[in-house]
Amino acid sequence: MHPAFSILLFTTLSGTAQGLVVALALASLLGVPMPPGFLSHALLVAEVLLLAGLGASFLHLGRKSRAWRAVLMWRTSWMSREVIVLPAFIGLVGLWWLAEWAGATERLGFLLPLLAIVGALVLWYCTAMIYACLRFIEEWAHPLTIANFTLIGLASGMLLACALATLSGASAMVAATGPVALVLTLAAWMVRALSLHRNAGIRHKSTLQSATGIQSPQLVQKSMGMSAGAFNTREFFHGASLAAMQNARLGFQLLGFALPALLMLWGLSSHHSWPWVWAVLVQAPGLIAERWVFFAQAKHPQNLYYQVVS
Amino acid sequence: MIGWLKDLLQTNAVAQAPAGTSTPVQPMADATRVRALPGETLAKQLALVIDLNVCVGCHACVTSCKQWNTSGSAGPLADMAPYGADPTGTFFNRVQTYEAGSFPNTETIHFPKSCLHCEDPPCVPVCPTGASYKRKEDGIVLVDYDKCIGCKYCAWACPYGARELDEERQVMTKCTLCVDRIYDEHLPKEDRKPACVKACPTGARLFGDVKDPESEVSKAIRERGGYALMPEWETQPANQYLPRHKTPPAKH
Repeated sequence: MHPAFSILLFTTLSGTAQGLVVALALASLLGVPMPPGFLSHALLVAEVLLLAGLGASFLHLGRKSRAWRAVLMWRTSWMSREVIVLPAFIGLVGLWWLAEWAGATERLGFLLPLLAIVGALVLWYCTAMIYACLRFIEEWAHPLTIANFTLIGLASGMLLACALATLSGASAMVAATGPVALVLTLAAWMVRALSLHRNAGIRHKSTLQSATGIQSPQLVQKSMGMSAGAFNTREFFHGASLAAMQNARLGFQLLGFALPALLMLWGLSSHHSWPWVWAVLVQAPGLIAERWVFFAQAKHPQNLYYQVVS
Repeated sequence: MIGWLKDLLQTNAVAQAPAGTSTPVQPMADATRVRALPGETLAKQLALVIDLNVCVGCHACVTSCKQWNTSGSAGPLADMAPYGADPTGTFFNRVQTYEAGSFPNTETIHFPKSCLHCEDPPCVPVCPTGASYKRKEDGIVLVDYDKCIGCKYCAWACPYGARELDEERQVMTKCTLCVDRIYDEHLPKEDRKPACVKACPTGARLFGDVKDPESEVSKAIRERGGYALMPEWETQPANQYLPRHKTPPAKH
């Protein structure tokens, strides 16, 4: 598949924001001490990231002014469900921020953080199911897709929570969240590596023989029927070289998981704030590269019909 | 303002019946229902049957399809930079060429490819707006261009690559089986067929109701080993293909 930058940006921004909200919700539910103002500032960061993600998702649409129609088919379409849950989650985080800012959280108690955790989990599930429900894109049609979206979002969000906490001098928050962020980053790496391994070994169900019904062991396409490009030759091919693909695969594991994990270890042992900040900065391109590989690695069966120009 | 409210109410009314129930829901609503429900068995299914034995790969079906569908009320099928270095355009139908076997025993197969109007179309339930739908009355899979938001998700959900985004209108387009032609009473009866079928000089494209066992298409499928593409995904394509077979030499 051709990775659309709008979707890479949307899923990574929103995923990290969801993880951040979950980190803040868990911290407030478990009574981790936070300096005054930290929670509302961090929630504001999450809200800004979510809104930026929502904006990026609009860039994917051909007809942006009709976007509201996407809420209609929630009975059958995971995309429709996502389109409903995302603004609801944004609203929920906004409400929590407002309650925090107005000092009303005492009365609301555990309700808003709990709802925020549920909302984040539901949103990850909806986003991942958009891909996992397409049975013939075999790289995606697997529970690992859901595990990856959730774990990577959680890990990057927890890390961002630590970085924000060190900058605000919330050392108790760092001490509580830091180790969790490190463990989650390593877990996310492991599960993502597992899906890379699985995808590399897939024997695709569709072949040129099943696509054309021509039962000859030697079958090649001589012409795709046009010399010019088409939607089919753009949307479903990433166009990157094998070397670029391998570099991206290595690069996202290095930038997205390995280096941030090392920096987090450093941050935990040294009590400096800069390793946390660096970890976030290093991880950001790694997350984008991870999503790029997620799309580029998916082989759409329609590509069987578009192999040779002449 | 009122328009979108109406759409919202209508979609809720249409989608009431859960999939797989055999009891008819509200006869009144059912009679006026345009869309097939998920998993619904239709009485009629229009489709093409493509005879690979006689297709000569002339692309007449491609050009006639483009001509008819670029001239309709839905607006042109855009060609971008048609005279530029890197032209691209929207087509509903392509003729591809394959070679089977190894030299010198090779066979060239011309293979027309368009939307297969699946009986269980995976592109329809994923559409977030309901712009993509399957018609209850004849099984044609259509896109309502006025409702499509151009998210491209339906194209991802089609294993055959049958859908193409129109770059100018930014909505998803696909073969309509010339729905604006086959029911047009202003046309002579013999012209009420898809443009590709009318254009084919060798008669490689048959058109009809595959649910009617006595139709030309049903007979051709039955008698000449008609098959579906990518049966592994259980989309039940309505369009089928007739395989090539050895033609005995003519005696003069």
